[in-house]
Amino acid sequence: MAEDGRSALPIIYCGVCTFPPEYCEFGGTLQKCKTWLNVEHPDLYDKLYSEDALAKATEGLSLEKQEKVEREIQKLQAKEANRAEKELKKKLSSKVVVKRVERSKRKHVIAVSGVEVFGIDPKKLAKTFASKFATGASVTKNLEGKDEIVIQGDVGDEVEEYVSDLLEEKGLDGVKVERTEDKPKKKSQG
Amino acid sequence: MFKKFSAKDDIHSRTNVKSSVQRGLKLKLIEQFPKLENVIDEIIPKKGQLVVIKCTDKLSLYAMDNEVLFYQHFDDPFVPSLKLIHKFADCFPSVTVDRGAIKFILSGANIMCPGLTSKGAALPDVNLPAGTVVAILAEGKETALAVGKLIMDTDEIKKVNKGIGIEVGTHLGDGLWSLEVE
Repeated sequence: MAEDGRSALPIIYCGVCTFPPEYCEFGGTLQKCKTWLNVEHPDLYDKLYSEDALAKATEGLSLEKQEKVEREIQKLQAKEANRAEKELKKKLSSKVVVKRVERSKRKHVIAVSGVEVFGIDPKKLAKTFASKFATGASVTKNLEGKDEIVIQGDVGDEVEEYVSDLLEEKGLDGVKVERTEDKPKKKSQG
Repeated sequence: MFKKFSAKDDIHSRTNVKSSVQRGLKLKLIEQFPKLENVIDEIIPKKGQLVVIKCTDKLSLYAMDNEVLFYQHFDDPFVPSLKLIHKFADCFPSVTVDRGAIKFILSGANIMCPGLTSKGAALPDVNLPAGTVVAILAEGKETALAVGKLIMDTDEIKKVNKGIGIEVGTHLGDGLWSLEVE
């Protein structure tokens, strides 16, 4: 008997929920998981979801328990679907703000905020900006406690272009990139 | 343990493991899991570079080639990651839980004794002492669902049948499962 402990089948993980296919029902995306499995690994699909497999799995449960289990699975799926929808909506409604701040009379810095919502790593992005614009860029926390990328110099136009390209690459091209100007140096009126 | 674990906030540092330390680690692993002896060189090849990732709470993750192999909390015994157990299922002691417990384990609960002694569950015949790290399988499933540490000996669990039997360290879908190591 092979001592290496490897089972006959190499371990396959579901493409939708990353669990082993037999645990897909606990992941909240059962329908999508089933479709994926049917396409990618029809033999496994038959093994798990064919008629007699389902019958065997539920033979221990009484009829009402079966219904309860089904209802719970459906509730889980509905919750997951809602959550995914809300996240998507949040993503679409949030925007990237490119703010131009005055540092001294002739010098400005660009502050880019709101990038993390889209799964972009601010530190990496800051490094890219620094090398792209040959200037300093760093990540700081702004007043609201959110991460902000501060780039030295007045590179607002290029930043806007770069960020919208980046978002398009990710498939989020509906997102707005907003340009603002911050003029904190207000002379107080006597 | 990995309920709220994010790569950004909880990881402090990442260093290569010295080869002398790496050798020591392999020996300790074989000591803890004797059946690993034949496959240890597949999991951690001699020339491979093991990386230790230090996280909050004195937690170290040992990874190789961007995949976490096992972790260690303080100086507790090593706990293999779920993915490792999926690959080498026979090398680790295992227990089977009742189907009804799956839902709770997947949300991070510990395993109570009744879940291990009821109809669908299975405990090994040979006694496993408290503190042993075991793979947790589920009734009707082939792959492990979680990894945990025995709080009571398996014989005690069968006898007393009350209280927490296994403390779950990591399960499918938790922070460690979804962790992406660069």
